[in-house]
Amino acid sequence: MRIDCPLCGTRDRSEFTYQGHALALARPAPDAGEAAWDDYLHNRENPAGQTRDLWYHDPCGAWVEVQRNTVTHAVTGAVLAAEAKR
Amino acid sequence: MAKLIALTPCADLLPLVAGRITLSEHVPEAITSVSPFAGRGAEVSAALKEIAGGRLPKPNRTTGARGFRVIWTGRHQVMVLGPPVSVPGAAIADQSDGWAVLRLAGPGADQVLARLTPVDLRRDVFKPGHTARTLLRHMSCSITRTGAESYEIMVFRSMAKTAVHDICEAMTSVAARA
Amino acid sequence: MRLTGRGLVDPDHPIAFSFDGQTYEGLRGDTLASALLANDVRLVGRSFKYHRPRGIWSAGSEEPNALVTIGEGVGQTPNVRATCQELYEGLLAQSQNHWPSLKRDAMAVNDLLSPFLSAGFYYKTFMWPRAFWETIYEPIIRRAAGLGALPGRPDTARYDKAWAHCDLLVIGAGPAGLMAALVAGRAGLDVILAEEDSRAGGRLLAEREEVDGMPGPQWVGSVLAELTELPNVRLMERTTVTGAYDQGTYGALERSGLHLSDPGDVPLETFWHIVARRAILAGGALERPIAFKDNDRPGIMAAGAVRAYLNRWGVSPGRSVAVFGNNDDAHRTAKDLGEAGVRVAAIIDSRSDVEIAGDAPVYTGAEVIGTSGRLGLSEIRVRHSGGERSIRTDCLAVSGGWNPSVHLTCHMNGRPVWREDIAAFVPADGAVPGLAAAGAAAGSFSTAGCLADGAKAGAEAAEALGRPAVKPDLPRAEDGAYAISPLWAVPGKGRAWLDLQNDVTVKDIKLSAQENFRSVEHMKRYTTQGMATDQGKNSNVAALAVLADATGRSIPQTGTTTFRPPYAPVSIAAMGAGSRSKGFAPERFTTSDKASRALGAPMIEARLWYRPSYFPHVGEKTWREACDREVGMVRSAVGVADVSTLGKIDIQGQDAAEFLDFVYTNTFSTLKPGRVRYGLMLREDGHVMDDGTTACLAENHYVMTTTTAAAGAVMRHLDFVHQAHRPKMDLRMVSVTEHWAQFAIAGPKARDLVNVVLDSPIDNDSFAFMSCAEVSVSGVPGRLFRISFSGEQGYEVAVPARYGEALFRLLLSQAAVLGGGPYGMEALNVLRIEKGFITHSEIHGRTTAFDIGMQRMISAKKDCIGKTAAARPGLIDEGREQLVGLKPAGPVRQLTAGAHLFDAEASATRENDQGYVTSVGYSPAFGTYLGLGFLKRGRARHGETVRLVDHLREIEALCEVCDPVFLDPEGERLRG
Repeated sequence: MRIDCPLCGTRDRSEFTYQGHALALARPAPDAGEAAWDDYLHNRENPAGQTRDLWYHDPCGAWVEVQRNTVTHAVTGAVLAAEAKR
Repeated sequence: MAKLIALTPCADLLPLVAGRITLSEHVPEAITSVSPFAGRGAEVSAALKEIAGGRLPKPNRTTGARGFRVIWTGRHQVMVLGPPVSVPGAAIADQSDGWAVLRLAGPGADQVLARLTPVDLRRDVFKPGHTARTLLRHMSCSITRTGAESYEIMVFRSMAKTAVHDICEAMTSVAARA
Repeated sequence: MRLTGRGLVDPDHPIAFSFDGQTYEGLRGDTLASALLANDVRLVGRSFKYHRPRGIWSAGSEEPNALVTIGEGVGQTPNVRATCQELYEGLLAQSQNHWPSLKRDAMAVNDLLSPFLSAGFYYKTFMWPRAFWETIYEPIIRRAAGLGALPGRPDTARYDKAWAHCDLLVIGAGPAGLMAALVAGRAGLDVILAEEDSRAGGRLLAEREEVDGMPGPQWVGSVLAELTELPNVRLMERTTVTGAYDQGTYGALERSGLHLSDPGDVPLETFWHIVARRAILAGGALERPIAFKDNDRPGIMAAGAVRAYLNRWGVSPGRSVAVFGNNDDAHRTAKDLGEAGVRVAAIIDSRSDVEIAGDAPVYTGAEVIGTSGRLGLSEIRVRHSGGERSIRTDCLAVSGGWNPSVHLTCHMNGRPVWREDIAAFVPADGAVPGLAAAGAAAGSFSTAGCLADGAKAGAEAAEALGRPAVKPDLPRAEDGAYAISPLWAVPGKGRAWLDLQNDVTVKDIKLSAQENFRSVEHMKRYTTQGMATDQGKNSNVAALAVLADATGRSIPQTGTTTFRPPYAPVSIAAMGAGSRSKGFAPERFTTSDKASRALGAPMIEARLWYRPSYFPHVGEKTWREACDREVGMVRSAVGVADVSTLGKIDIQGQDAAEFLDFVYTNTFSTLKPGRVRYGLMLREDGHVMDDGTTACLAENHYVMTTTTAAAGAVMRHLDFVHQAHRPKMDLRMVSVTEHWAQFAIAGPKARDLVNVVLDSPIDNDSFAFMSCAEVSVSGVPGRLFRISFSGEQGYEVAVPARYGEALFRLLLSQAAVLGGGPYGMEALNVLRIEKGFITHSEIHGRTTAFDIGMQRMISAKKDCIGKTAAARPGLIDEGREQLVGLKPAGPVRQLTAGAHLFDAEASATRENDQGYVTSVGYSPAFGTYLGLGFLKRGRARHGETVRLVDHLREIEALCEVCDPVFLDPEGERLRG
């Protein structure tokens, strides 16, 4: 598997550390309530198809939001987490 | 007062030769990490141009002149190899003792690295002055092409022995197949 | 037998080799298989299950039968396909799977028992009684299973793993692959042409055909000459592409040294990761057998293999050869044999409506219905329109048609498509993104078709990558139509073999259907058809055709089993190349490593680092004696320990303090330059992630210390928090762990020792507990921190790593003057347990700030990572397991980490579990073991007696629950 690092280009998957779904970027406010925090911390979809997830490109230190397809394994996009839409 | 004796990261490990490929240690006068603060890139770039003869390199590139090499080493981060530098508008940290700098050279050097790193180092893709943050086997590294058949490889000091071991193994294979 | 003057072998270079102890002679260019056939060796091995005598079936990597062991001793390799093993001087080969000998195999009794060993035999027989499974059945089955044996010792040979990148990967260098590489190479693409064989050419080496007016091999030579001239084309011979993976990554196994008598430092195999923007599968097709009674005898071979031996290696596998087929390829074989002067005993064609020319006896509408010959074929029985007759022959060339090598196109879940006209599956379009099939692999079986197909695929790849190709003149070549009438199994009694490698018969498949294992995947598992090294290359289509027939479905309805990587076997040694021994993981050494080892310190691993366990003195018999001495030394004088392995992260910027407030539970924005503060870091789920001290070196400039174990994870976490949650905060972080060599100096005489190495001495008042400063250490700029992990007066002094070894040696020599010395991890652990300081034994990922008694460190005045989750009722429930100290309170004085805690009177069962012990050390100061652990409601239970039970080590001890800080709870020593 190969993943696009927006800084370094397309690299082998062995250079990355996987984190989970990109909704981890949208941290709720401290007082957002239990349901919001449960969704943020624990509840995840398990989509057959398009998903967005987070990968750390260990060599360069960039967190990347990767768009990919869990069925075909196609990688269709990648943006820096710092610049991704929340 | 006792005087502290300095040792280089690869003291007593290098140089090594296999066939026509050589591996040697390079000890720059200093290695300084320069990380421009938000919105200060242009200012830092101009200052570096003045001091080190090269602007802030873009990702995967190097700049520098007059004994300086400025290497892109990560997000918002470059390393300056050469005399110590300090520029306003950037976080500066002395990294002189944190890295082992290895020079791999000779016909077949590309095949040696092909056994160690997943990154694409083909000559027309990875040209002299190009650099990559990637893996050397299991360890993080920085690889810069310095010539048609020469590379500069930076690894963490504590892993120098393993890096030399791994590179030496690959050199042996490549030399035997030459 | 060898036919002089034929083939591509070199008659001037004889090569001596041995098989089963007998010496033979082959020629340069031979494989082991061709050399054995040249020497009339037909019996090569015994089959897997029934130990039936078997010979050579094929001439390629699909070989199911001729598996041998190469070499002897440590270097022996079992299950090598004789058809792939190139001959070299002195090659040693052994047959497998027999006892006492290949010709007389006692296990052949299985063959007589075959009525009882049908498909599903193991499943039915070894079900009960259950207790027999591990003790009786499994050992028996394991002994009987497998073919060749491993040497049982580590393989010391060299193997490599490597990467290659290209625009276009062409898989297979037959006519299609060569044309594809040529067209794409001329267009300027970076091409890798991977060929499994030792020699490019594919079927052109095996057939008597002309291309462009030249003999096939000569045309191949001319193309190779041009490809060699192109700097952008790389030919990789002996390289099997074994798998297709995501985003254009392919696995390939190069047999880089297996053809050499003395490989020296050349790796035996190289496992390649090839990254290609486009790929062309030009892997050809595999000839399939026809099942008939006793079709497995040595001497029965694929017709195309017979031609390959004849034309490429100048070997006739028999003296009187019969040919049996359902397609025109069979006649080609007879023609080539005739031209080579080999007697053709008969041509048997299952089709009635064919005209066959030539001198040999011809039987159309006929079938082979049986064979005889104990260790090799001697006679076949033929049924034809006029009746039945026997024909004497020592070799039967069989062709059931050809299966395109679709395997790689199925590696990403693609399903091949059935083509009725060639009675075979072909690759589905787009099954692997970027990969197109061409030539025989795509069902195009004439040479002209392959050449045209390859040229077209090469041009399309070039076009797609923006380098339009010039349309080449296609070479003239054979362009015959492929006519076939399916015949999978000849009806009749007796065992007709489908899968030679796994000894699966037509009857087994029918039995599977009858017992309702009707899905092709179920049938595979029930019968073992298509398993092991050949992965159904020979048997797959015929087996599912039989299954289709037995279940009344069509072949497309039945479908194929899933072809998975690898296409051909890959040795574990090649996959693990570079990762054995020292290559397994990087070793990280501190600057004091050499000096510590010189003092005899055993090193222990802390993640990738090596740290000294203890420093033994003469006369000390156990590690405990050394540890006790070192603990006492620190408590009474001074000790030195290398703490460089702790992570050090340099943080600078105008928002650095605010950022620290957000990642730590406690407040750092109030920390003044020159001061150090202990910080606690949570994960977002409210559990403790790490702890450590952070020093404020100057305004907006901090250096954070992490634990050794979590250094990488914390850096990743800080990057995440910054980039994901606070991207607008202006700060920069960089690891400076490697730049500094840092030593802890602890004990009542710590300051005396520190002052020996500092150029400007310090005192207690000017440099109080939790101070930090830039200092000059023996003329070198360094850093000094007043922190303590031992509870003693403690400092950490840091210098650039180049001076680390020198400073360590200096500190040791000066410590000795003060009655001190180095201490290792064991002593460090005891010192911190006595003080109740936590490590990752306590913050192991499931504990909260509440659990470790640091709930008050979560500042109420600000948000921080983990704060909201940490406040959940379940994480601050008084009933949770809380950190406590444990002291022996009964006759058993030994405490052990990992033991569980129970009420003194309760039975030691899971339901009664009250907690567990995380750390234990023997404290010389208290003269007893001390422990840290987690106990339900622990903080309210100080003074209670609980029972420690270690089920593993069978230890039970009564313990008194106490405060986790055993020594100097007021902290007077560390401030002194």
